[in-house]
Order: sequence, then structure tokens, then C-alpha cells
Amino acid sequence: MTTLIDQKNATPNPPSLYEGRKQIYPKLAHGKFRMVKWIVMAATLGVYYLLPWIRWPRGEGIPDQAVLADFAGEKFYFFWFEIWPQELYYLAGLLILGALGLFLVTSLFGRVWCGYTCPQTVWTDLYIWVERAFEGDRAARMRLDAAPWSFNKLWRKLGKHLVWLIIAFWTGGAFILYWHDAPTVAKGWFTGEAPLTAYFFAGVLTITTYFLAGWMREQVCTYMCPWPRIQGALTDENALNVTYRYDRGEPRGPHHKGESWEGRGDCIDCKQCVQVCPMGIDIRDGSQLACIHCALCIDACDDIMKKIGRPTGLIAYDTDFAVAARAAGQKPKYHIFRPRTILYLILMGAIASMVGFGYFNKSTFEVNVLKDRSPPFVRLSSGDIRNGYTLKLVNKASKSRHVLVAIEGLDNASVQIIGVETEADGKIGLDVSAHGVDRFRMLVTRPGGDPVKRSDFTVTVTDTATGESEPSPAVFVEGAP
Amino acid sequence: MSESKKEVDVHSGVETTGHVWDGIKELNTPLPRWWLYIFYITIVWAIGYMIAMPAIPALPGLGTHNTTGVLGMSDRHTVEQKVAELHAERAAESTKLLDASLEDIETDLNLQQFAMAMGESAFGDNCATCHGAGGRGAKGYPTLADDVWLWDGTLEGIEQTIRHGIRSADDADTRFSAMPAFGRDGLLTSDQIDDLVQYVLSISGHEADAAAAARGGVTFQAQCSSCHGVDGHGTRALGAPNLTDADWLYVTEDEWRNGTAPDEIRGVITNARNSHMPAWNGRLDDATIKALAVYVHSLGGGE
Repeated sequence: MTTLIDQKNATPNPPSLYEGRKQIYPKLAHGKFRMVKWIVMAATLGVYYLLPWIRWPRGEGIPDQAVLADFAGEKFYFFWFEIWPQELYYLAGLLILGALGLFLVTSLFGRVWCGYTCPQTVWTDLYIWVERAFEGDRAARMRLDAAPWSFNKLWRKLGKHLVWLIIAFWTGGAFILYWHDAPTVAKGWFTGEAPLTAYFFAGVLTITTYFLAGWMREQVCTYMCPWPRIQGALTDENALNVTYRYDRGEPRGPHHKGESWEGRGDCIDCKQCVQVCPMGIDIRDGSQLACIHCALCIDACDDIMKKIGRPTGLIAYDTDFAVAARAAGQKPKYHIFRPRTILYLILMGAIASMVGFGYFNKSTFEVNVLKDRSPPFVRLSSGDIRNGYTLKLVNKASKSRHVLVAIEGLDNASVQIIGVETEADGKIGLDVSAHGVDRFRMLVTRPGGDPVKRSDFTVTVTDTATGESEPSPAVFVEGAP
Repeated sequence: MSESKKEVDVHSGVETTGHVWDGIKELNTPLPRWWLYIFYITIVWAIGYMIAMPAIPALPGLGTHNTTGVLGMSDRHTVEQKVAELHAERAAESTKLLDASLEDIETDLNLQQFAMAMGESAFGDNCATCHGAGGRGAKGYPTLADDVWLWDGTLEGIEQTIRHGIRSADDADTRFSAMPAFGRDGLLTSDQIDDLVQYVLSISGHEADAAAAARGGVTFQAQCSSCHGVDGHGTRALGAPNLTDADWLYVTEDEWRNGTAPDEIRGVITNARNSHMPAWNGRLDDATIKALAVYVHSLGGGE
């Protein structure tokens, strides 16, 4: 299906290898999906800007910020939850849960993430709102861009970019609040006392927000984002996508008042769906990579349908399966519970319960016995063998503890901790600081000459106040393997 | 003739590249122009970078120094700055280390953890080259993780050794002793040395020729006991090792296993081995030396 053109007859100038962007002027839509998008925008931006300011007292010496990624203190805080570096797998669990959630939602409702909640969509929508406030709606903006420079054009353009930059700065500024104590870093920002990384990341986020939402817009989705490609594997003929119901719309064509609707489709080719589209595409070409499924074309089309007295929903959330069924004269069927959605639900349930069970049953006290790698063992002057260990005690409680350390399962062994007296019964008392990690150097000695080269034993650390006991496995080595 | 034909895909109206894979043809879709602009920006950036930063090396015909760049960026200067920053950051805890006695540092667990962290990194940078990671030791380089101390295994003793070294030529307070080269300098005959080896083997609980060991014992009392002791237990003040225990500075566990240990002992008596350790006073600051003393003491529990 290709044609061959003789080059001599083709245009003398070859087509450019690079294509300029065609400016898109989305028109303001009115309707229920536009309303949903305003509400989602207000909610997501509200959460983003305000969340770090919420205070959440946790106790003496512990940050009181509800949501905080405390890199200096090596902890993540989220309201009631607290994640230590040793527990990053909870975060991995949440990310897997988030990914599965996206899979599930995409297989049910298509790209609702892209259309409503993706930051690129939300900020672009906000930027277009600002643009509209300064330059007017689609037609006015097109006229303004085509017009020569004038005072009117200048102040409108300058005003728009200024407000964009202010929004970009607030976006970058709010980002750093999640990594530091918000009031301190906000105050420090303006007195020049904030950490260098705070200025750097605020600057980066300011610039990316301004360019991605102001200038790049739909190009981010079509060129930069991998999600449109991935979604091809996630959506299927049963997913509710924003769909032009060609079974009802075709054949399309202009319609004059009073003419019969017999023998023609409902689409009057008014192109309202194209004009409101922030991606600059035509939904009537079918499901496509560049479509973010924001549903604004549904609002635009419904408006027209009401005006011309036809039923709404020529463009609607529908499935390929249902459209094909109607085109064939059958009754469409919708399948919410399909093998893949059920599988996603089961996986999400399983991972959520694993993460939940793990988190709510985790101990506030952890013991790690790290054996010296070098030297693996030393021979003492008496011929006895000694192994060195680092005893790492993690106390997640907000109170300090007194603990007793004892070893079990190693015959004739003696244990010693540097800087601490060993008690008569061979146990050692230690004070562990509150909400922190303490390291102690532990030496275990036992008579040499044992043919066994490697023995397992247990280090038990018992909280004298609560009786909590944490056994930790360890290895004693007494010869090269 | 086929080169002069351009092929256009009828569906998209876009020219093809002429490449075909399994019947699928590649469209020659133009790149977005901003992509090209980013390429130009990188060129501008590279030129700006060469002006701002050190870029052109000192090559024959290009001068004797590399270009420094208008920003005056220098890695040496940055390192100096970072070291100064590190000292400033450690200042509060370092002062505590300087003020506290070594015993207090070891028993105050907060100070101990700070000293251990500081000592571990200083040990890795300066000491591990000879003494091995974690003080595991090597032939001729004492193991610091065991309970054998040639000179002094107390906290103060270890600090003294670190500061002034052992047989360090440029430090008057260095620990010093010298074992004579009994064979090389002709102080003992070859037969006498053979007998001595048997004696040293016998007092450390190894298999030995009883008659030779008895002859060697006489030589030992005459020549060696002034430093290594009448019973071979060594003398701390001279750094003379205990010859009766299981620890050997110049004989490895492998050499005991494969039977070459007697030859090694013979070599030590014949040629003498007096190893050196540099004095670190002045090379490392006081806080680091104290932290190192605590760290080394903790490796094997010290004395």
C-alpha cells in the first residue's frame, strides 16, 4: 500500500528533518468532567502545598512533622507510621501496591491517572487556566498570538509568565518542605540559612515546572513519558476508555436544522472535541498514544448534542468491545470482574495484608550481630580462639532501655563487651539510647582445638523492664574453611 | 535507479527510510525541533564549561600549566575546604575526646561510639596497609585483634606506640630494641643455631629433638635469656616476644601446618628481624590518635 514517487517530480526542497511544535489552544469545556477535574486539581494541589505544614507531635527529640523524609535522621515519617532504613521493604511494598493499583484502574477505566491526577496534567491544566485568565479563551489567544506586538499583548504575556513563574517557585519551594522541618527551612530559605540542596532542588523544580507545564505540555506525554507505551499492555477491549462511538456517529457530516437524521450519523463534524483537547488530537481517530483520556471532549460533545437535540454520549467512557457489539447490532456487555482485574485485586489484597501484618507486628527493638569479616578469627597466646562482632541495637521506642546480653549454644565460651563490665553470671548489662541505633564491640572467646570449624549460636538481648527478648543468630569461626 | 525513488506511506503520507524488517517499513518521521535545540544547547554548554572550568591540559606547545578556568575551581582547594569542614563538624565531639582520658572515652558509650567510628576510618586509611583490615595482621606485622602485646597493650601504651612508633628513626621517644643477627654476624655457629631452633620448638610445646633442645637450652641461657627471659616468656620493656605461647610474629599458621616453621625460626635467629613502625605524632592530630588508640584497644580487648 505504498506509492512510488519519482524524485524529480517531488518538491525541490526536501522536508526538514526536524519538526516544530504546533501550538495548541485548548478551549474551555463546561460539564461534569470539567467539574471533576477542577475538584481533583484543587484537592491534589491542596494536599501537595499544605501537607508538610501539618504538625504531628511524636515525643521528645523526634520531628513533629506529619509527613517528612528525614534524611539526616535516616527515617521516613507519615502520620502514625515511621519507617527506618532497615524497613525500606515496607516502602517497596507500598510502591508495588501503587503499581498494581494503577494496573487495576487502567484495566477498568483506562488512563484515569493520566487524565485527572498526573502532576503533568494537573499543573498544565492550572497553567492553561492562568493563560486563559490573561489572554482569553481559544479564539482570543489565537488572535493575540497572530497579532503584532503591542502594549496589550506585552502586558498579557508578561503577566502570564510572571504568574507561571510564581506558581513554579511555589511548587519547587513546597517540594523541599517534605525533606526538612517545614517552618525552619521556609524561614531559613529567605535568610540564606537553608541547606544548599534545598536551594538546588527548589531551583530544579521551579525550572522544570515552568518549562514542563508552560512550554512542553503535551510533548511531555507523547515524547517523554513511558506510561502511554506501558498502558498499551494494560488496557484491553473491556476497559472503559474515552471513546468516540463510531457506530452512532458515522457517517458524519454537517447538519442543517430541520433535516432528517435518517441514514446518517450523529456526528455533525463541528470539531468541538478537537478544540477542547489539550493534546491537540481528534478522538474520532480512535484510541491513541497521545490521548490522556481527560474526558473534556465528552463535555464538549454533550453540549453540542443537547443543542441539536440528539442524545448525549456520542463520545463517552465506553469499551471497544461494547462499541463493536453495537455496531454488529448486538447488546453490549460490560465485564468488571475479569480474570485480570480479579488477579490484580488478589495480588493487591495479598501484598496489602503482608505489608500491614508485617508493620503492625514489628518489634520496636532489633538486634543485629555483625561478625567481623577481617580477621575471621584470631588465635590468642593461650591457643584459644576469639571472634569479634559488632552488636547493633536498634531502639525504635521513644524511651531508653536497659538490656541484658547473653549468648547461648556455644560450649565453654566467654563473652565480653568493650567498655562494659561482664557480670558474674556471664551476662552483660547495656544502656541503649532512645529512638536510635547503638553499636557495641563484642568479643567471644572459646578454647581452641575443636575440630568443628564453624558453630552457630544465639545472642539474646532482653529488656530488663519489659521482658522483651530478641534472639539473634550468629556464627563462631575457628579455622580457615 | 532505486535510490532516486522516494517511497511514501499512503496511510500517514510520511516518507519511509527504505529500511524493511519482515515486510514492516520504517517511517522517516521528523524529530521534534526542540530536540535539536537541546543538542545546540549542549554545544554552548561545552564551550562555556571550557571557559569556566579547568579544561585544557598542559601539553607540549600548550604551555606548562593546564587552564584554570575563570571560576578558579580546583580539586586540591576543594579537598582542603572539605577537610576543614569535616574538622569543624567534628569540633564539638573532638574537643570532648581531647578533654577526656582514654579510659573515660572507652567507658562512656557515646564517646566510645564516636571514637570507634573516627578510629575505624583513620585505621583504614593509615594503619590497615600493614596491620590489615580489622587489625588481622600479617607475617612480620602484629595482629592487633588478639591478646598478644609486644610492648604495651594498655590504652596509654597503645597511644604511646602510635605517637612515637617502633624503631622509628626520626623520633627520640620511639620504642627501641635490636636483636643481634646471631648467624650472619658470626656470634653463633650453624650447629648452635640448629640446637636453638629445637629448644625454641620444645618450650612452645612443639615436637623437638630432645638432645638438641638440651644443648640449645644452654646456648639460650647464655645468649637469649637477657631479653627473652630465663623461661622464654619475653620482656615487655624491650619488646622481646614470649617464645612459649601460641602466637608467632614471624611464623604463619600455614608455615606451622606445612612444616616449614623451623626454617623460619632459624632464619630469625640467623638474620634477626627488627621491624619498624613510623611515628604518627604530627602526621595525625591528637583527637585522631586518641580515637585510634581506643579503636585498636577495642579490637582484641587490649590489656
